[in-house]
Amino acid sequence: MSAEATQPGSVPFLSTSRQLRHRQIRGQVMRLLFLAATSVGILALVVLLWTVLDRGVPWLSWHLITNMPSRKPAEAGLNSALWGTIWVISLTAIIAFPIGVGAAIFLEEYAPKTRWTKALQVNISNLAGVPSVVYGLLGLGVFVQFMNLGRVVLAGALTMALLSLPVIIISSQEAIRAVPLSLRQAAYGVGATRWQVVRHHVLPAAFPGILTGTILAVSRAIGETAPVLVVGASAYIAHRPAGFLDGYTVLPMQIYGWTQRSQDEFKNGLAPAGIIVLLAVLLLMNSFAIILRQRLSKRSQL
Amino acid sequence: MSVEAAVSSDPRSAEIAQALRGSGRRHGSERVIEILLGACAVLSVATTIGIIIVLFEQALQFFRTIPVSDFLFGTKWTALFKDGEFGVIPLVAGTLYIAALAMVIAIPLGLMAAIFLSEYASPRLRSVLKPGLELLAGIPTIVYGYFALTFITPNVLKSISPATAPYNVLAGAIAVGVMVLPMIASLSEDALRAVPRSLREAAYGLGATKLEVSTRVVTPAALSGIVSAVILAISRAVGETMIVALATGSKAQLTADPREPMQAMTGYIVQVLSGDVARGSTVYYSLFAVGLLLFCMTLAMNILSQWFVARFREEYQ
Amino acid sequence: MSTVLARPVVGTRPNVPDRSAHAASTDTPVIIDIQDLDVFYGDFHAVADVSFSVPRNRVTALIGPSGCGKSTVLRSINRMNDLIESARVEGEILYHGVNLNDRQVDPVEVRRRIGMVFQKANPFPKSIYDNVAWGVKINGLKVNVDEHVEKCLRQAALWDEVKDKLKDSGLALSGGQQQRLCIARALAINPDIILMDEPCSALDPISTLKIEDLMRQLVADYSIIIVTHNMQQAARVSDQTVFFSLNEKRQGVLVEASPTTELFTNPRDKRTEDYITGRFG
Repeated sequence: MSAEATQPGSVPFLSTSRQLRHRQIRGQVMRLLFLAATSVGILALVVLLWTVLDRGVPWLSWHLITNMPSRKPAEAGLNSALWGTIWVISLTAIIAFPIGVGAAIFLEEYAPKTRWTKALQVNISNLAGVPSVVYGLLGLGVFVQFMNLGRVVLAGALTMALLSLPVIIISSQEAIRAVPLSLRQAAYGVGATRWQVVRHHVLPAAFPGILTGTILAVSRAIGETAPVLVVGASAYIAHRPAGFLDGYTVLPMQIYGWTQRSQDEFKNGLAPAGIIVLLAVLLLMNSFAIILRQRLSKRSQL
Repeated sequence: MSVEAAVSSDPRSAEIAQALRGSGRRHGSERVIEILLGACAVLSVATTIGIIIVLFEQALQFFRTIPVSDFLFGTKWTALFKDGEFGVIPLVAGTLYIAALAMVIAIPLGLMAAIFLSEYASPRLRSVLKPGLELLAGIPTIVYGYFALTFITPNVLKSISPATAPYNVLAGAIAVGVMVLPMIASLSEDALRAVPRSLREAAYGLGATKLEVSTRVVTPAALSGIVSAVILAISRAVGETMIVALATGSKAQLTADPREPMQAMTGYIVQVLSGDVARGSTVYYSLFAVGLLLFCMTLAMNILSQWFVARFREEYQ
Repeated sequence: MSTVLARPVVGTRPNVPDRSAHAASTDTPVIIDIQDLDVFYGDFHAVADVSFSVPRNRVTALIGPSGCGKSTVLRSINRMNDLIESARVEGEILYHGVNLNDRQVDPVEVRRRIGMVFQKANPFPKSIYDNVAWGVKINGLKVNVDEHVEKCLRQAALWDEVKDKLKDSGLALSGGQQQRLCIARALAINPDIILMDEPCSALDPISTLKIEDLMRQLVADYSIIIVTHNMQQAARVSDQTVFFSLNEKRQGVLVEASPTTELFTNPRDKRTEDYITGRFG
């Protein structure tokens, strides 16, 4: 390389060192800006959690879990709400899991790829995007009023099951689709029927993914307020449900009720404490899902 | 060598031929299973039909009392008052205003986060930031609502502008924006990552900087996915209930000042059902009319977002 | 990779072992008779007008350049093409007087009698024992399972290598062992015929030769149809060879079906001659 060629500016198509520095600075600035944008979300998360913890921790106690709601802040608790959540969500899972997985199996293994099955698929995707409050209205109209169940656990669970179904179906479909074709071919090759292939090979292989997806869908249902509110969970229930046809409240409902009280202890003490309990429950479930998935995946590497 | 001769020389042939032709043995139970599974799938159709029937049928009852044109074009919503008026425009305006402000926060931040995660972040940084954003998406909306009501309004907004009302649009919009931010970030990032490496390499090969490649090559290529993500986020914001119920108030009015309260469609539904409402009353039926409108809006947006991707998806080959 | 053995020097022919005692002659009974087979994928006519017969207790090799429909024809025999949405098979595949391609014939029953070994070994993610036993279980075969599993593993020349670790996962075996496990699995349901779709293409030469030896032993009890892109293998292993190629319309067609010795020393069709001497393919 001749001496002239290395002089900045002397070779026409190379930028000057100053131009280059500008571009580099601009690149770095933008990189930081992008990083900052990403961090804003995390920052908001931190502030949110800090606020909730700061206000709620002083109100955390075993009484919070064992007491029933009360007009007196010192005596109020989440017991009825926790039991209500357990009742409703258990029933939701029992209803939604088999139906959701069944639908996923049908769509992936049995249904021929016609216009109709494609329409079915689109329908399920659209249902996943319907606001949860509309599911509440559906529940109100059909289960509470038309079937005359009233504002009971069963109505709430049926509504939440319908809400969770599209999510369970979609995640189960993904898990089933991930099972390699070669496994199915091998099973068909020894003269297995479709159900035998599904039951003995496809489902066991897809199970970790299906289970994880269901647990995540159910844990989302735990945090949903709008549909249960519409369907009639009350914020003033002070007993645990006696049966599926009994009145009930759930955790987010109780929290909502407390935010509506005028007393500061409810609004800025018990409500954030309730939120901590709710977040703890969700954290527990999500961790459980992740651990379960890891353990099951490892086992199926057999 | 003919097949007939082969057949007659094998005594098992008749039995085998029989088995091959008519094996009803296994068919019965297989058929039953297939029908059961199909029923599960068809239930999803039943859900959609159920939603449509319930909303329409109950809304129809509403429109017996209140004419559709009054509902759709009226600008006063005083439903819970005696001789109330039912013009839905203030509710729709509230919903859309909140959604729009939320998007002002969520779109730029979400998109920049997506670009960062997809183009800039090292795998290690990504493994920290991405779950962090996902965590944000997993927080129940009531927590966001509480945060908006008891922190954003009194601590943030009031200190910036003391004239902020205790219930106001801005607090709700900020919370909704933060809530949908991970959704935009995640879906846009998927769209960005789907752009093939070869496109980036071609641009780098021409001497472009990372910034130029990211913003001028990759992002436009992923545009259909990004737009679709944004539309879905708007749909989510429109359907959001608890945040607006807690933070933006129950005053159905038309105003341009985001420090004032406004009521969203979803907020109205919560307000009514938080109190006592007589079944069969106009107010009761108004819930379903508003719900129907909400359903149509979000459905239209969801379909639009799917259509957008299908129509404008870049063919990379 | 067995392709090391694949391409001879242009102008020479593969060596064919003397198997005259075993040659497929007109006296050998036929177990499958394929007549006018056409296969379509959607609108695309992939395989056109194929007819040949498969002799019993012999090895029949289907050879030809890639993409000429050999695997498609093979998979039609045990109705595996049913698993592909867009595939349509027309024509007759006669087995014990029954057209296997008939819609009334249950593909599950077909596959019970006609087993398959795939290109890439695909043992179940189960133990070695369960891999072999599963087919027996679901088909309800009345046998002593332990003895049967041993018998099949012996027939597949795998018993000595795995007899102490039957509970280990099938996936823990080497490639060649996995493929022999798949052969044992196929044998377990007592088929008449075993279809092999390029069973050695993913294996090293030693494993390949082991499986080729296996094939020659198995013909005593089974009829074998093998698809291979390796001419040397076809010449070594088969009694009858069927050569496929593509016509001007890019459809797979049958060019020639002859006893192996004849096809490789004195082919009737010029295309066959060109292929086996390596001038194309």
